[in-house]
Amino acid sequence: MENNDTENLIEVKNLKINFDTYAGKVKAIRDVSFHLKKGETLAIVGESGSGKSVTTRSLMGLNADNAEIAGGQIMFHGEDVLKKSEKEMQQIRGKDIAMIFQDPMTSLDPTMKIGRQIAEPLIIHNHVSKKQAMAQALEMLKLVGITDAEHRINDYPHQFSGGMRQRIVIAIALICYPEVLIADEPTTALDVTIQAQILKLMKELQEKIETSIIFITHDLGVVAGMADRIAVMYAGKIVEYGTVDEIFYNPQHPYTWGLLNSMPTLDTQSGELSAIPGTPPDLLDPPKGDAFAARNPYALKIDAEQEPPFFKVSDTHYAATWLLDPRAEKVTPPEAIAKRQAQWAKMHTDDGELVRPATPLNTADNLDDSDRE
Amino acid sequence: MAKYLLKRLFYLILTLFLIATITFFMMKLLPGTPLSNESKLSHTQIQMIYHTYGLDKPVWQQYLIYLAGMVRGNFGLSFQFDNQPVSYLLATRMPASFQLGIQAMIVGVLLGIIVGGIAAIRRNTWVDGTMTVISILMISIPSFVLAILLQYYIGLKAGAFPVAGWGNFSYTILPTIALAGSPFATTARFIRTEMVDVMSSDYIELAKAKGLTSTGVVYHHALRNSLIPLITLIGPLTVNLMTGSLVVENIFAVPGIGEQFVKSITTNDYPTIMGITMMYSVLLVVVLLITDIVYGIVDPRIRLQGGRS
Repeated sequence: MENNDTENLIEVKNLKINFDTYAGKVKAIRDVSFHLKKGETLAIVGESGSGKSVTTRSLMGLNADNAEIAGGQIMFHGEDVLKKSEKEMQQIRGKDIAMIFQDPMTSLDPTMKIGRQIAEPLIIHNHVSKKQAMAQALEMLKLVGITDAEHRINDYPHQFSGGMRQRIVIAIALICYPEVLIADEPTTALDVTIQAQILKLMKELQEKIETSIIFITHDLGVVAGMADRIAVMYAGKIVEYGTVDEIFYNPQHPYTWGLLNSMPTLDTQSGELSAIPGTPPDLLDPPKGDAFAARNPYALKIDAEQEPPFFKVSDTHYAATWLLDPRAEKVTPPEAIAKRQAQWAKMHTDDGELVRPATPLNTADNLDDSDRE
Repeated sequence: MAKYLLKRLFYLILTLFLIATITFFMMKLLPGTPLSNESKLSHTQIQMIYHTYGLDKPVWQQYLIYLAGMVRGNFGLSFQFDNQPVSYLLATRMPASFQLGIQAMIVGVLLGIIVGGIAAIRRNTWVDGTMTVISILMISIPSFVLAILLQYYIGLKAGAFPVAGWGNFSYTILPTIALAGSPFATTARFIRTEMVDVMSSDYIELAKAKGLTSTGVVYHHALRNSLIPLITLIGPLTVNLMTGSLVVENIFAVPGIGEQFVKSITTNDYPTIMGITMMYSVLLVVVLLITDIVYGIVDPRIRLQGGRS
């Protein structure tokens, strides 16, 4: 990945994580590098088990006991997070790096009033009085759009709906104004209309609080309106990364093609969505060469032999596929992808200006407030 | 809530009535009579005594008379213990049993919470293993065996506490330990399981992500959530304690109800048997009722639903 150390808030370099299990060592993260700039949103996309959550949990030192860091660095404020003690990590967690979890129905303590739960990080980190913390919690509760916050601050989690609970989880994460917010599939457990509201809220709050977001999802559709850049993960590796436009309109890796093709868009005409055939490889014993080769209709001979390095597409866009090697034969991507790439060519008019297409790709862009809870 | 309480109260009275009825007739099926051991009495004397106590009437009449008396709070006179009213006997004997029961409950449950909690936090280490073995031993060893072991090793050999009898606080220590074994082990096992479950829940991960220390996580989030279900255990624990105390009090010669209960059964002292049975039953159903109410108070989820219905 291209480096510009002064701007990078977080820099992950060659991260490798194994899990010790009864069956053997699961190589969950196999040499992952990425960076996060101040104020941007980076989406990490991939299917279940690709290592998205493990990667981000290691940023907070929250991986399970059987996780073993096999190599790499995670630089945050010029220090390697992986070398920090548990005590030092506790200072960072919730204050500098905060996290939103997937399932709002289970991530709040059922026996504690929500006000107290929101105020808790403030009391731990900023050493403010309980009264002051509660006052700030109330402000935050209003900010995340809970109506009648003055009364509801004394309610328990079960008195809220799923969408409201996720707003509370967001309030907890943002109460200390963290520099980095990790959102681990924050909308997966919610129904679609609520999903859009939560995404919109996150975007609004990102501006107010000036935080950078790492957004983990398996749903490319959710990402389009949210992220600045996208990293696509497969089998414990990043296979392609670039800006949102680059990934959506000029994808290079066959896995990214598969992901885009399995996502419904307004253009989807046929009644069927295509799926990527096969299942991800067993990370107990990762295959030699390109891990995606077995499921890849465009696989080359070399894919079975040697792992592809990152090929540069543009300054911000890299993809790890042998198809980009100058010696590789040119392949025609699936029809829908070819269409996207044609649109990409059109977007880049003669003077190099970027023109966004008229039809939005996702639902998060066209929201209205009327369907708020 | 009022409707719920009224319903519970009705069932409570029904339960007590059934217990009284069943115990009464089962008791009458016991072999022997209150006077089987009095060989010096002549037949006429026995008949006279029977007449005084109403024992010459048909059983169903005795039953009705007994019920009528019980409703008015009159449990009759004891045959065995100097003709004292049973209610008086209970009143003098209750304090010792109560003191032992409450001491054993507090010691057992508190220790159980601490030990179970530590075992959960140090899961799958030697600490956890040792605690599991201890609690399994405590569950398996009957309290009367534990009582005798304590008497022999701590009372007699070490001479640390009185072997038996009743006097100052030191007399209560061995019987308390003997009785506390079972609630301790049950609580420890229960809390360990609950805590392990709670510790793997999402809200504990969120608490860690907030930057809480591990003690903070346990103290503020895990403990409360694992303690609430413990309330449901208090009912069964009380039953265990009651049955345990019947024998343990005898072993330690504690002048409590348990000791008297055993004696009254062996001598067919009908009013005393009934009186003690009923007292234990009332205690138990009331404990169960209180448990349910308390559960509603501590668990916000139940509290709200109770309030709405």
